[in-house]
Amino acid sequence: MAVEGLRAYGLIAVMWMRSTMTYRFSFAMTLLSNLTVNFFDFVVIMMMFGHVRGLGGFAFGEVAFLYGTTSTAFGLADLVMGQVSRVGRRVREGTFDTFLVRPVPVFAQVAADRFALRRLGRLMQGLLVLVWSLVVLESVEWTVLKAVMVPLMVVTGALIFGSVMTAGAAFQFWAQDGAEVANSFTYGGNTLLQYPPSIFAGELVRGVVYVVPLAFVNWVPALYVLGREAPAGLPSWASFASPLVAAVCVALAGLAWRVGVRSYRSTGS
Amino acid sequence: MRLYWTVLTGGFRRHATYRVATAAGVFTNTVFGFILAFTYMALWDERPRLGGYELAEALAFVWLGQALLAASSLMGGGFEDELIERIKSGDIAVDLYRPADLQLWWFSANLGRAAFQLLGRGVVPMAVGALAFEMALPENPLTWPAFLLSVLLGVVVSFAVWYLVALSVFWVLDGAGVVQVAWLSGVFFSGMLLPLTVFPGALGEVARMLPWASMLQVPADVFLEKRTGWGLVGAYGFQAGWAVVLLAAGRALQAAATRRVVVQGG
Repeated sequence: MAVEGLRAYGLIAVMWMRSTMTYRFSFAMTLLSNLTVNFFDFVVIMMMFGHVRGLGGFAFGEVAFLYGTTSTAFGLADLVMGQVSRVGRRVREGTFDTFLVRPVPVFAQVAADRFALRRLGRLMQGLLVLVWSLVVLESVEWTVLKAVMVPLMVVTGALIFGSVMTAGAAFQFWAQDGAEVANSFTYGGNTLLQYPPSIFAGELVRGVVYVVPLAFVNWVPALYVLGREAPAGLPSWASFASPLVAAVCVALAGLAWRVGVRSYRSTGS
Repeated sequence: MRLYWTVLTGGFRRHATYRVATAAGVFTNTVFGFILAFTYMALWDERPRLGGYELAEALAFVWLGQALLAASSLMGGGFEDELIERIKSGDIAVDLYRPADLQLWWFSANLGRAAFQLLGRGVVPMAVGALAFEMALPENPLTWPAFLLSVLLGVVVSFAVWYLVALSVFWVLDGAGVVQVAWLSGVFFSGMLLPLTVFPGALGEVARMLPWASMLQVPADVFLEKRTGWGLVGAYGFQAGWAVVLLAAGRALQAAATRRVVVQGG
């Protein structure tokens, strides 16, 4: 089932890539602008540091590290399955039916639907900032464990973001116009995690630690790498809990998706 | 004129039917408002009076940005998707055949949409922001109508920009790239991420002269009573100037595009 799904995903993704390549000029422009859109987002942080030496007690390199880790994780999730957010539209228009009648796993079809290679721009930009932050970070005493945690953080972070995207998509089986609610957790979460937890109100930080565990995307492991205390009074072992949290998120999102698909009723008429 | 009024009210009513989408949008704007407000607090904590704003004024700036995001289509999502779709599919030929002006038609529809978005997606985030944070509000009651006029002019400039973007699809076929560039400019140069007065040196000077400044920076300054008396007249002049230039460019592009239309089939 899983292999079949991955194969189907690959085929559909390649098909959409070919179709995008028909308009090469436009593709080049979107890829470039995708890179810059996200770069401008970082320019804002650089402009902030043009005026101040630290934000919430964090130096520029540290904020860049937070930015790089969450943006890369988010970019990865967005590239692979950002399209699931379109499901509400499909449900509304009744075109979701076509997914159900094909002998291919539904989720693979939805995730690969209109696969957009230009989203690579976001991932590339995140990686650039991440690598750069590793160069400018001075205060970190690197150990093997810390070095392993960086790529691990990106992968588990992408899984957590992907789970939130899937849960958001499942929610759209009921609230068909509700895609924006999911955005506030995915895009909003990404923006939140770019900054140190010390600048946010305690309730907000506790919310993303204990309710929607976005803090495990990068805050919790990244603060360990930076040699700082875990947020919201987490015990020290929690710094290594991201893979476990990601696994739980994936399981819950899968469940939400199943319930969502089961409750789908095609449009009348 | 009656025709365009009907189109305008139709635009308003049409968007009023998207209740779930509006509620979802309000939720998102509020969440982003909170995140931005906290980053601004950290920033203004380090540098009081940054960019010439007190913290309370900077916080007002945040929530104004969220309130105007949909109305002024700072990130798109206005009428342009539909117009682009019609150009791509060739349905635009039918529109051109109608005894109505294309630009005025979409202008009216967009004005109706913007009016609804201002009420539907603007009021609640503003109120939440004012309740949750110590936010600067106008002292003079006349500032409110002055602010609304500035918002209206900003909406007109926004329409003119997106109309140009949409018409470019006659030439580039797939509009995704141009739309994204326009989206990027809207987010960055309107002042939504950071007030344009905080932008450094020449970048700041250029940013404050671009049309996007009239979509958030100028209305926000009117709201914060930074532009009063002749300054207010200057603000309106800046916005109206861009509106006229861009609308005229839209007309010219429309004329050129109309000559280009090749109807498929038939």
